[in-house]
Amino acid sequence: MDEKKLAIIATKGSLDWAYPPFILASTAAALGYETQIFFTFYGLQLLKKKLALEVTPLGNPGMPMPMGMDKWFPVLGLALPGMQGMMTAMMKQKMKSKGVASVDELRELCQEAEVKLIACQMTVDLFDMDQSEFIDGIEYAGAAAFFEFAGDSDICLYI
Amino acid sequence: MAEFDQELDASGLNCPLPILRAKKTLNGMDAGQILHVIATDPGSVKDFDAFSKQTGNELMESKEDGGKFHFMIKKA
Repeated sequence: MDEKKLAIIATKGSLDWAYPPFILASTAAALGYETQIFFTFYGLQLLKKKLALEVTPLGNPGMPMPMGMDKWFPVLGLALPGMQGMMTAMMKQKMKSKGVASVDELRELCQEAEVKLIACQMTVDLFDMDQSEFIDGIEYAGAAAFFEFAGDSDICLYI
Repeated sequence: MAEFDQELDASGLNCPLPILRAKKTLNGMDAGQILHVIATDPGSVKDFDAFSKQTGNELMESKEDGGKFHFMIKKA
């Protein structure tokens, strides 16, 4: 049986959207898939040594809120200073209490399972980021390199 | 409950951690050995079934007992 391949493009840099690429990649690796994640634009935040990911209720009517706030709290109020930090802290607390792994942990599990993590070189340059900001063991490449792997993949996801 | 060689308690852990921990434990075991996994995540029932089908490690037993899920996996 040939090894199956999973190619993921991760484009988002918020706490909630950090989960799908790392959950799917680590699970696929456990199932025997050869897996690569290509991080571009805001997705690069997921490769930072010090993760500072937050979640925002702004512009997200689907986000469940404490005390039914999504029903009665004015949308404009969500833009108040401190609101995003509070929501992030509550989300992290909720995840911990439900036994959901932290993003750090899932990322480590991906690296242990030899999931290849690739940073988009163009975005690194665009945002004046430095390789020293990112975790070790990742690669830097461009679109053509992604297609070399994705072209042979069985599953290809854009997240 | 049947005999087993190693036990993994994944109680309280949520998807995908029980599967990832099980895979890691299986990596350190020999072919033919049996891993007993205990989990509380209801999603783990379908997940361990799928894990077994895709990796070839046989799921010998899958049952619920007192709110916990028990899986017996034989390493391929």
